[in-house]
Amino acid sequence: MGKNIIEKIWDSHVVYQEAGKPDLLYIDLHLIHEVTSPQAFEGLRLAGRKVRRPDLCFATMDHNVPTKNLPTINDPIAKKQIMTLAENAKEFGIQLADIGHPDQGIVHVIGPELGLTQPGKTIVCGDSHTSTHGAFGALAFGIGTSEVEHVLSTQTLWQSKPPTMEIRVNGKLGVGVAAKDIILAIIAKWGIGVGTGHIVEYTGEAIRSLSMEERMTICNMSIEAGAKAGLISPDQTTVDFLRGRRFAPNEENFEEAASYWLSLASDADCSYDVVLEIDADEIEPIVTWGTNPSMGTGVSKTVPTSTDYESDSDKSALKKALAYMGLEEGQPISSIAIQHVFIGSCTNSRLSDLRIAASIVEGKKVAPGVKAIVVPGSYSTKAAAEEEGLDKVFLDAGFEWRESGCSACLGMNEDIIPSGERCASTSNRNFEGRQGAGARTHLVSPAMAAAAAIEGHFVDVRKYVAQEV
Amino acid sequence: MEPINIVNSKIAPLDRKNVDTDQIISKEFLKRIERTGFGRFLFHHWRFDEQGNEIPDFVLNKPEYQGSQILVAQDNFGCGSSREHAPWAILDYGFRVVIAPSFADIFHNNCFKNGILPIKLTEAQCDEILEKGMQNPYSVEVNLEAQTVTGADGKVYSFNIDPYYKQMLLNGWDEISLTFQYEDQIKAYEEKRVVY
Repeated sequence: MGKNIIEKIWDSHVVYQEAGKPDLLYIDLHLIHEVTSPQAFEGLRLAGRKVRRPDLCFATMDHNVPTKNLPTINDPIAKKQIMTLAENAKEFGIQLADIGHPDQGIVHVIGPELGLTQPGKTIVCGDSHTSTHGAFGALAFGIGTSEVEHVLSTQTLWQSKPPTMEIRVNGKLGVGVAAKDIILAIIAKWGIGVGTGHIVEYTGEAIRSLSMEERMTICNMSIEAGAKAGLISPDQTTVDFLRGRRFAPNEENFEEAASYWLSLASDADCSYDVVLEIDADEIEPIVTWGTNPSMGTGVSKTVPTSTDYESDSDKSALKKALAYMGLEEGQPISSIAIQHVFIGSCTNSRLSDLRIAASIVEGKKVAPGVKAIVVPGSYSTKAAAEEEGLDKVFLDAGFEWRESGCSACLGMNEDIIPSGERCASTSNRNFEGRQGAGARTHLVSPAMAAAAAIEGHFVDVRKYVAQEV
Repeated sequence: MEPINIVNSKIAPLDRKNVDTDQIISKEFLKRIERTGFGRFLFHHWRFDEQGNEIPDFVLNKPEYQGSQILVAQDNFGCGSSREHAPWAILDYGFRVVIAPSFADIFHNNCFKNGILPIKLTEAQCDEILEKGMQNPYSVEVNLEAQTVTGADGKVYSFNIDPYYKQMLLNGWDEISLTFQYEDQIKAYEEKRVVY
């Protein structure tokens, strides 16, 4: 019996194993940001401990950073947190992409861009969307601040080996349907707890045909399905993406590294504890209507009614969600008018996301009453987009073009959606208050967000794509 | 970390599924660089209206649940963000135990690092406890050593827990100090580690 990629990476990272204990796993890359690290560094100082392997850490500021009028930071508490990371990085000798540095950006965007993210690595970060890096066939997962401190001190973590799950996406994705729609469809179909306690590998024809950026979108939202991590076996697409990146193996070692990476792919005769399958051609562009990412449906459909649910607790969850969202049972998705559009976040702020959104808005105008912003995922994504003139396309259409950061995905900076207003957002969470107290978030793909910006309500973006073919 | 074994308290029934860490501690409170003082922000947007007034219907605002050390909720508690500020807020507010049918992985892990005991009971058992607690204040005794939750009415609920984490909570161990005992193994691993 062969091994799946999860077992291969796990087994090769066990430092110590003993019955009745979790395994002690070695961590190859530790990404650090300003929000979940200060208490960990403080813990080191209080205990007189050092960072064991500063060379395996990389830090940046993303959650709190303003996306306009930089370098001014108006919020004194945010400013202190950002400065604390800069001081900690300096004190402990950790490489930092500070505000204004050309490497700065959302931690899950810059890791891959810089080539820090590589197949076969164990990667952690004090952020649940660390699963993003799984797109490269890395075992990447989010950790809490105590574990951040543990990794800083020991470069290891105690982990119990979770069961594995295969999510196979068969067939081909339709024109105008995005990677975002695949993952939203998976979560809508099986729920936000489907992956709890598991590590997921995404397989199948539809996954194989995705670009690296699209794969990152899928793996990014593994946590929204409850999974500890989500990954995709490396293939030639993975290898081609990494060639020439700054932290990727140099030319001399690259071929050897690439053949090692390819050897990590799940064996044909491997098995998983759970296998789920979905057909890509069933998937249409999805819009979430509720207050968790599983509350989503096709753009051509309607908001569910209580008769769609059997249990009282599901009926009551529906009512609570719709009350918060200000929606009616049975209301057509296309009738939902929006006041805000946010294109950004570690889910969908990469160059290909900006390109597709720009292609939809080019030569058109944002609908009256809609405020639309684009927040590129990194400084270098922004520069690359500007090189192609995408900034002008967005600005001409009436979008704002901002500096990089997490921004309105979680509204820790000034980019907040006002109470009661509605946002078509390319981010990953539609929890109550996520984008601001009382804000109503609808998760969509970048193309769907762009089309909603133009029309002022949700619309099937396939209509736009078909026109262009 | 404070050791934990026996907790005697009335329960606070939070009859909701999928309580996410954004609800437990909202993002506007994540900018502080300390570990303590998050309790007053726990469930902020459920506890307070936009003017900062208490919302009387919310369970933690009801007089009969004041002083509870045991929070009981529904499925998938602690989903979403990895923010450890969530268990910090729960602990700082005064809870030592959270009971639910299931927990999100990162939150579950974070509890063990902070001396909070997360107890998984079945959905039916949680429903039963929630119902009792919502009708009248319902007191239970949690015994980690014995792995039981015993109601004031004599009903006993047993739970499973990973033996490693059980010992960690019972003894209040500092995990980093424990791991330092494996320095030789870590060094040996680093020596054979392949880096391209």
